[in-house]
Amino acid sequence: MIRVVLPAHLKNLAHVSGEVKLEVHDPITQRAVLDTLEARYPMLCGTIRDRQSGKRRAFIRFYACEEDLSNESPDTPLPARVLAGEEPFIILGAMAGG
Amino acid sequence: MSGVRVLVGTRKGAFTLTSDGKRGDWTVDGPHFGGWEIYHINGSPADPNRLYVSQSGGWFGQVIQRSDDGGKTWTTVGNDFAYEGEVGDHLWYDGTPRPWEFKRIWHLEPSHDDPDTVYAGGEDAALYVSTDGGQSWKELTGLRQHKTGPSWQPGAGGLCLHTVILDPVNKGRIFVAISAAGAFRSDDAGASWLPINRGLRSGEIPDDDAETGHCVHRIAQHPARPDTLFMQKHWDVMRTDNAGESWREVSGDLPSDFGFPIAVHAHEPETIYVVPIKSDSEHFPPEGKLRVYRSRTGGDQWEPLTSGLPQSDCYVNVYRDAMAVDTLDPCGIYFGTTGGQVYHSADDGDTWQPIVRDLPAVLSVEVQVLP
Repeated sequence: MIRVVLPAHLKNLAHVSGEVKLEVHDPITQRAVLDTLEARYPMLCGTIRDRQSGKRRAFIRFYACEEDLSNESPDTPLPARVLAGEEPFIILGAMAGG
Repeated sequence: MSGVRVLVGTRKGAFTLTSDGKRGDWTVDGPHFGGWEIYHINGSPADPNRLYVSQSGGWFGQVIQRSDDGGKTWTTVGNDFAYEGEVGDHLWYDGTPRPWEFKRIWHLEPSHDDPDTVYAGGEDAALYVSTDGGQSWKELTGLRQHKTGPSWQPGAGGLCLHTVILDPVNKGRIFVAISAAGAFRSDDAGASWLPINRGLRSGEIPDDDAETGHCVHRIAQHPARPDTLFMQKHWDVMRTDNAGESWREVSGDLPSDFGFPIAVHAHEPETIYVVPIKSDSEHFPPEGKLRVYRSRTGGDQWEPLTSGLPQSDCYVNVYRDAMAVDTLDPCGIYFGTTGGQVYHSADDGDTWQPIVRDLPAVLSVEVQVLP
């Protein structure tokens, strides 16, 4: 079970509180997690990845296990502790502005 | 007695302001979608309980919300705004070609007849339509693919399609306005488009008679005179009486002919309202006095409406989509400011009162008369 932490605005949009738990098929990559997340919560389509290009939106970041995975290939397997459900995959809005 | 619902979009959420037909006591509800920019919230003329919201932000992009119960509950609907066919280029600020890139929806215009049909004006400029209540969107490509499209350049606020008028009499006729491409008309439900900018004079572009390139800020129409349109251009207030074939200036004795919104009285097709702003480099009212100007002669002669509005030290702006009229008698006029005030007049503009004073900066105001 993959644990996903959403930023507050996207929790509101998806009508969830706390972490989201997803059953993701192998290989468990960033892309697979986001595909599964969007399939379960279609209102999140376009809010994390651009609708047309499929790329991460500029002010969205992906963290896990105290590392910034934002610029990793979307097809790289996620860290073992995320796969084991010991650590969440964190989606957050970048700190931007004044 | 009928009621009134004012739909307010702000930099940090949507609000609804409701009153009975007397328009004296108001209830404020919101924020809905707190923290998001609400460029527009608009109701269906065919079903006042059907509302559409353009919700966007720099972090999470574009979302469209729909309510089927007058704003009590909301459902997220489709946000797949694709440019169809070959995307192509428009001109960037520096004159270089730049591919069309979707940024947000500025304006939502529901059909007069069908609550499930709604048009959306986007940035970079494109017109979309949904016929399933916002679940899916299709671009009306004839506009963006007009032969002048590659020469369109953004205004300071972006290359935005901000005005959509569905002609209530001539079915299939649509007017749109784009900053800074100009005004366009379709007579075939959006399949093909004609620039309608003859008579506009814009000192910001070298060719005064250019077919496109004019920074149109807003267009308004009275349903009883569908061929007459009033325009607040970047500078100049204009009118046409032949559906845009030619325009003439009616700025007359305004203290400044720069501004953003323009509105037509619900029962008097020659009574129009603007909010003069000092200049394009100083986006605040002349002399620090917030004045709505009314013309009862379709332009040229204007009178300031000041009762109840701040007449000193006021330096707010009123954006293009932030003025609306209701259809009660007397006609109600509403506008919102960048300072977060929403003012209304229940007597054709003679006197004004704030409904709320401290909202986030107001981006849009619409009003519904409820049964």
